[in-house]
Amino acid sequence: MTVGGWNVSSSSIAIQSENYRFLQEQVYSHTGIVLEDDKQYLFECRLAPIVSQLGLGSINDLCALLRESREAEVGCQVVEAMTTNETYFFRDPAHYDAIRSVLLPRLKQERRDTRKLRFWSAAASTGQEAYSLSMALLEEGLSDWNIQILATDISSRVLDRARGACFQQIEVNRGLPAALLVKYFNRSGLVWQLSEAVRRLVHFEKLDLRQSMAALGPFDLVFCRNVMIYFDAETKQKILKELHVTLSSGGWLMLGGSETAFDIEEWFERQTIGNAIVYVAR
Amino acid sequence: MAKALVVDDSRAVRMIIAKTLRDLGYEVREAANGREALEVIAVEKTAVKLVLADWNMPEIDGLELLKQLRRISTPDSLAVVMVTTETGMGRMAAALAAGANEYVMKPFTRDILVEKLQLAGIRP
Ligand SMILES: C[S@@+](CC[C@H](N)C(=O)[O-])C[C@H]1O[C@@H](n2cnc3c(N)ncnc32)[C@H](O)[C@@H]1O
Repeated sequence: MTVGGWNVSSSSIAIQSENYRFLQEQVYSHTGIVLEDDKQYLFECRLAPIVSQLGLGSINDLCALLRESREAEVGCQVVEAMTTNETYFFRDPAHYDAIRSVLLPRLKQERRDTRKLRFWSAAASTGQEAYSLSMALLEEGLSDWNIQILATDISSRVLDRARGACFQQIEVNRGLPAALLVKYFNRSGLVWQLSEAVRRLVHFEKLDLRQSMAALGPFDLVFCRNVMIYFDAETKQKILKELHVTLSSGGWLMLGGSETAFDIEEWFERQTIGNAIVYVAR
Repeated sequence: MAKALVVDDSRAVRMIIAKTLRDLGYEVREAANGREALEVIAVEKTAVKLVLADWNMPEIDGLELLKQLRRISTPDSLAVVMVTTETGMGRMAAALAAGANEYVMKPFTRDILVEKLQLAGIRP
């Protein structure tokens, strides 16, 4: 039987419970992402392409292969398939409004001598977040400032795409004002590529948020959006503490729209700016 | 209630867009081409706050409609959003230069349309 082009016969065989636990552990140890006990369907639909590509009969066979051979490459593929990379330009517009209306005017004033600003997109995925910030900064007339935007992710696959800065029509249609599309993209056929002016400011590196990051800072703004939701409370707390260390005093941390941070009063002051929530480093 | 006008020669597309706009709180009028759209505007006048226009339509096309609308309106008094399969950079630039508030490429989803309007500050 095929559904939407995928051969799903293999996934109709239920994942054995010890294999389910094995996959949960694999994903957790590689990324810190916690997949609950009811994510059977998620494993099934995300791993079906790998199962059929390897000519295996089921996800149970895939687990057997991983256990036996500790195939690093297949392991990576499995973990990557299980992580969510969804992102888009100017996601949570209220965040960018707050940056434009409050953060940048303040920084322009404070840094008028050094003219140096540093930003970090800490779970960058395919780059839309970092590039949106880059465009926003250029639009604010900061093109002759010394601006660095570090963009990191745990997945090499998404980082490769991000570095290429090429996007499909569906990706540039979403969230991106047409005026910016016309101004900052070049089109060749079905692909839209960002201009050098926007790309220049952004630098991509592979980084696991669970590793120490103190050496990366200091930053004026850190985006850590739509990644913490996947972590357990302990991991999340440890990362928030580390992020605090990377921020300059008064620097901003922005989390995803549906994410909140608890017990962080010691490190951050929570502020509401327009429709955005900002965590200001103490 | 603010009125929106959907201009597209495809009835199905008009229906989809109209439904989205109604959910956003607009009262919706429809037109199958630029000429019909101008007729609706002549009757409704400034009650119409938003026009969503396709590009390729018989009689008066979307760009010509936009140009005519801009003789009697500004982007603040009347928002015009192009919704079209025309995805060339030149086309897009021409529409913006002629005073379009936004540009949505087909195919699009309901979410894309809603977000684009929101981002452009267009609300009923
Ligand atoms: C849903 S995307 C969020 C993209 C962007 N920040 C946004 O809000 O649109 C989540 C990203 O987090 C990355 N990720 C998952 N676990 C990670 C970890 N432990 N360290 C760094 N990045 C991780 C994934 O690879 C994925 O690209």
